[in-house]
Amino acid sequence: MSAPAVQTPQQREEVLTIWQRSRPGRRAFTAPGAGVPERPIDELLPARLRREAPAELPEVSEPEIVRHYNRLSKRNFDLDTGFYPLGSCTMKHNPKLHERVAALPGHARLHPLQHPRRAQGALELMWRLERALAEVAGLPHVSLQPSAGSHGELAGVLLTRAYHADRGDERTTVLTPDTAHGTNPATVTMAGYEVVKVGTAPDGGVDLDDLRRKADERTACLMLTNPNTLGLFDPNIEEIARIVHDAGATLYYDGANLNAIMGVTRPGDMGFDIVHFNLHKSFTQPHGGGGPGAGPIAVSDRIEPYLMVPRVVRREDGDGGAEYDLDADRPKSIGRLRGFQGNYGVFVRSYAYIRSLGAEGLREASEVAVLNANYLLALLRRPGVGEHLPPAFGERCMHEFVLSGAPMKRELGIRTVDLAKRLLDFGYHPPTVYFPLLVEEALLVEPTETETRETLEAFADAVAAILAEAAEDPEVARNAPYTTPARRLDEAAAARNPVVRQPLPA
Amino acid sequence: MSRYTSVTPDDLRAMLAEIGVGSVDDLFAAVPAGLRLDRPLDLPAGMAEQEVYGHLRDLAARNVSAEDEISFLGAGMYDTYVPALIDSILQRSEFLTPYTPYQPEISQGGLQVMFEYQTAISELTGLPVSNASLYEGPSAVGSAAYLAKLANGRPEVLVSRGVHPHSRGTLRTLAPGYGQRVVEVPLGDGVTDAAELAARVGPDTAAVVLQQPNFLGAVEDVEPLAEAAHAHGALVVCACDPVPLAILRPPGEVGVDVAVGEGQTLGNRLDYGGPSFGFLAATEAHIRRMPGRIAGETRDLDGRRGFVLTLQTREQHIRREKATHNICTAQVLNALAGVIYLSWLGKRGIVELAELLLRRADYARRALTALPGVRPLHEQPVVREFALALDAPVGAVIERCAAEGVCPGHPLGGDYPEHPDGLLVAVTERRTRADIDRLADALGRAVAAERDPALAGARA
Amino acid sequence: MAAEESYPPDLRYHPEHDWVRVEGEEAVFGITWYAQDALGEVVYYDPPEVGATVAKDRSYGELESVKAVSDIYAPASGEVVAVNQAVRDRPEVVNEDPYGEGWLIRVRLSDPSELESLMDEPAYREYLAGL
Repeated sequence: MSAPAVQTPQQREEVLTIWQRSRPGRRAFTAPGAGVPERPIDELLPARLRREAPAELPEVSEPEIVRHYNRLSKRNFDLDTGFYPLGSCTMKHNPKLHERVAALPGHARLHPLQHPRRAQGALELMWRLERALAEVAGLPHVSLQPSAGSHGELAGVLLTRAYHADRGDERTTVLTPDTAHGTNPATVTMAGYEVVKVGTAPDGGVDLDDLRRKADERTACLMLTNPNTLGLFDPNIEEIARIVHDAGATLYYDGANLNAIMGVTRPGDMGFDIVHFNLHKSFTQPHGGGGPGAGPIAVSDRIEPYLMVPRVVRREDGDGGAEYDLDADRPKSIGRLRGFQGNYGVFVRSYAYIRSLGAEGLREASEVAVLNANYLLALLRRPGVGEHLPPAFGERCMHEFVLSGAPMKRELGIRTVDLAKRLLDFGYHPPTVYFPLLVEEALLVEPTETETRETLEAFADAVAAILAEAAEDPEVARNAPYTTPARRLDEAAAARNPVVRQPLPA
Repeated sequence: MSRYTSVTPDDLRAMLAEIGVGSVDDLFAAVPAGLRLDRPLDLPAGMAEQEVYGHLRDLAARNVSAEDEISFLGAGMYDTYVPALIDSILQRSEFLTPYTPYQPEISQGGLQVMFEYQTAISELTGLPVSNASLYEGPSAVGSAAYLAKLANGRPEVLVSRGVHPHSRGTLRTLAPGYGQRVVEVPLGDGVTDAAELAARVGPDTAAVVLQQPNFLGAVEDVEPLAEAAHAHGALVVCACDPVPLAILRPPGEVGVDVAVGEGQTLGNRLDYGGPSFGFLAATEAHIRRMPGRIAGETRDLDGRRGFVLTLQTREQHIRREKATHNICTAQVLNALAGVIYLSWLGKRGIVELAELLLRRADYARRALTALPGVRPLHEQPVVREFALALDAPVGAVIERCAAEGVCPGHPLGGDYPEHPDGLLVAVTERRTRADIDRLADALGRAVAAERDPALAGARA
Repeated sequence: MAAEESYPPDLRYHPEHDWVRVEGEEAVFGITWYAQDALGEVVYYDPPEVGATVAKDRSYGELESVKAVSDIYAPASGEVVAVNQAVRDRPEVVNEDPYGEGWLIRVRLSDPSELESLMDEPAYREYLAGL
C-alpha cells in the first residue's frame, strides 16, 4: 500500500503560523477607554527604560484567530475522540462536570492572596481534598503544592534531605530501580544526590539481594512505584520496606501507577514514607497536551515537620463549626517550591471526581482498570498476536502490561515503532513505546477503566490486522502512517539544526 | 458501575472467562493478604452529578472573588480580563484532552501551538530561544538557577530583595539540592541597590537574579546591573511581568541571559493561584541546557512542513540522571491561552494595554498618596502596581475596606518587616477610574478611622 | 546514508565500541560501525577541549542521536591535540564514515603500553558475536 492518491484536508492545507496570516493594521483587541487623564508616556517612564522596537506579535482579527486555532485543533488526536492506551499516563475519561465547576467565579476569579477569612470555600475544598488523598495513600499529612508528579518527586527527595540533615546524618545516594521512569533519576540529581541503580529480578520485581547490597549508610532513600512500570505488583514490598528502613533510609512512592490499587491497598500500609499523586492521571485532570497537572504528596509522621508551607489548617470554633486557614509557622519546613498554594483549578476538578465516585467508586475504578488491562492482555495473547508480541513478564498484570516486539521484529520484519505508526491509521493512539528500557522493543499498554469491552476488542483486532498485513508486506507498516495530518517526520534534522521559532522578516 | 465505567454482568462474565480467572479479586492475587485494605476507604459516599455541582457551588459561594468585590490585589497575579475566545478554544477536546505529543504525526496542532507560543515569548523577551512552558513564575526562577548551575557550576546565587518573596523562597528551598547558597542584595529607594550588588558579585556568583518590575512595582534599570554581573562571568536572570515588556526595554536588549516569568496575566484566570504557566527564554548559548519541552520545525516524508519535540536528549526520559531538569508534565494548555491572548492583543494592542495600565497606575498612585496618612513607599516609575506606606495598621484598614466591598491591596509587612505599614496596590484594565475613585474614598476613610483613636475603638 | 558494516584490521578496539589508529606517538580515536548503528543518526557531538587529558576507559565526550545519548570512551590515555571540527559541523559523518572522516579526537599517548590490552579485529568481531 503506497500513499493514498487522495490527501486528507489536513494533509492538503498549507502549514502557516499565525504570523504568516498576520497583516499590518489588523487587530482583535479594543482597549477600554483609559478614563483617566492621558498624561504623556514620557512623563511616566524615562526614555532610557522604554522599549523602542515593538514586539512583533501577530496582527489578526478575532475570526482569524478562532479559525486558525480551530484548524490546528483538527490536526490533533485526543482522548475524547478515541482510545488512548498510553502506558504510565492513565488516559481515563475527563468528566465534563469538572469544567463547569472549575469555571464558577467563586473558584475561578479568587485571588490567591485573598484573606483566608474570605476564601473559606477554597480552603475547605483543599482541606477535604487533603483528607481524601491521605485516606487513599494511608499517610496522614498532605501538601497540595507541587505542580506535577516530578515536582512532587523533587519535594519528596528534598524532604528526605531535610529529615536526614535534622538528624545530623550525612547521606549521599538515592536508589532507583532500573525500570524507573526518567523523572526519578533526574529528580535525584536536582536534589543533590547520586543515583544508584537497583536491579530487577527475573519475575520483574526488585532484586532483593541487589537491594540488600546497595542499601547502606550512604542511602538517603529508595524511590519505587508499586505496581512498577512493568505493570507488576511487587509481593516483596514489605521486605523491601524493612531493608530500606533498617538502613535508615526513607521509602518514596511514585504515584504514577496508583490507578491499580485505590481502595485495594495503600502505599502507607506497605511502608512508604512519602507518596506523590498525579492528579492528571488517576484523578481525571485533563492532560491539556502537556499540562497542567498537579503532584500533591502525602507523608508519614516522621516526615511531617519538614513539609512545605503554607499548610492548610482547620480549627474548630467551639460552636460546632470550623474555620480554615493557611499556616506558615513551621520552623522545620523546607519552605516553598512555587508561588501561592498550587494549581487550585486542578484541585477543584479532582475534588469533584472524588466526591462523585466516593469510596466505592474509587475502588471500582481500580478494579475495572485491572480487569480491563487483564482482558486486553488476554485478547492480545491469542494466536496471531501472542507469538509475535509476547508479554515481557507473565500472563497476569495490574492496570498496565508490557509486551516485547522483539519476536515481531525477527519474524515479521517490523518494529514496535512501525506497529505504533500503523495504529495511527487505524484511528488509535498507540501505547507507550520503548519504555521501560529493560524490555526490548517495549510496548506499554494501559487501557484504564473508562473503556468499554467493545473498544478493547476492536483494538486487539486492529493489532492482529496490522501483524497479518506485515506478514504479507512489512513495507506498509514501515512507511506508516498514511492518513494523519503529517507523515513520519525528520526528527534528526530538527535536532541537528533546531528551528524553535517562526523567523520574521528583519 | 459508576457513570464513567461500563462493565455489565454479561461483560464481566465474558471477560473473566477470557482471562481465565473466577473473579476480579483473583486479579489482585499478587497483593499480600496482610496489605489488603479490609474496610472501605473512609470517604463520603459518591454523589449524583447535580449533587456534586451543588456542593462545589456552595463552596464557591463562601469565597469572595473579584466577581464579588473591587479588588486591587496583585503581587504576582492580577485580575485581568480574559477574552471569551480563549474559553471557547481551550474547551475544544483536541486541545484539552490529549497527552504530551509523543506521536508527532497526530499532534501537529499541539506542536504548532508550542512553536507559536515559543515565538511569542521570544518576541516579547527579545531572546532567541524559548521553551514550551514551565509550571509558573517562582519555580521558573528556580529552574533558571539550575540552568546557571549547569552553565558554570558556581556555588552562589545573588538575588535582589525586589524579587517576589515566593521566588526567593523557592530558590532557598532548592539551594541545598543544587549545592548553591542564596545571598540577598538589598533595595535602595525601592530598586536594587547597584553599589550593594557590585560589592557582592564575584567569581563565586553563578547568577544574579532580578525582577522587572520588582515586587514593589518599581521599574528597575537592569542594564548596569547586568553589566556588573557579566564583569564577573555570572549569568543574569530576570523574572519579568510579560505585559509591561510591551513598553519596557526587553530583557534580551539589556544583557539578560535567561528571562523567566509568570504567565497568568496572559489569558489565564486567577484560579486561587493556579494553574497558570511559567515562561523561560534564553540566549542561543544555553539552548542545550534549557529545561522543558521545545518544539522544533522540520519536514515529513512527503516534504510537508511539520513540527516535533526536539533536543529531547536534554530531557528526563532520555538523559535521566543527567537531564537538564526533571520536568515532564508542564502547563501546555495554559500556554495555549497565552499565545491566543498575545495574538488577540496583537502588536499594537499590547502597547495600548501597557500604556493604559501605566496611566491608570499613575492616576491611582496620585489619588491615594493625596490622602492624609498615605505616602508612597518609593517614587520610582511603575507600570501596573505600586507600594504605599500607611500611617495606620494595614490589617485593620484592609478589613474596613473589605466590609465596603473593596480590597485595597496586599499588606507588605509579612514579607517585608522593614515596611510594617506597607500596602501593595495593583491596577488592571478591569479597574476603571470609578473603581479607583471608590478605592480612594474607602481607603481615605479607613485610614482616618484607624488613625483616630476614638474611631479605632469602634472596630468590630 | 550509513556505511556498510566493517572493522578495519589495522585498528585496535575497546569493549565500549571505540577504535584506535596509532600514528607514531599519537593516536586517533573514533567509534566503531556497531556503535554508530546502535546510536542511530548522530545529531550532535560534544567533544573535549584541545589540551584536555583523556584517561583510558573513561568517558571523554558525548554523541547524541535523536533518541539517545552515548558516552565516548577513551581506549588509551593522553592529551588531546586535535578535535574533528567536521563532526561538529556535520555530525552524520560519523554514520557515513566512522573510521575515516568520522574520527573524533587525536591524542598524544601518555602510555602506549595500554594499547596491548585492546582487541584486534578478529577478537572484536568475536566479542560482538557474543553480545
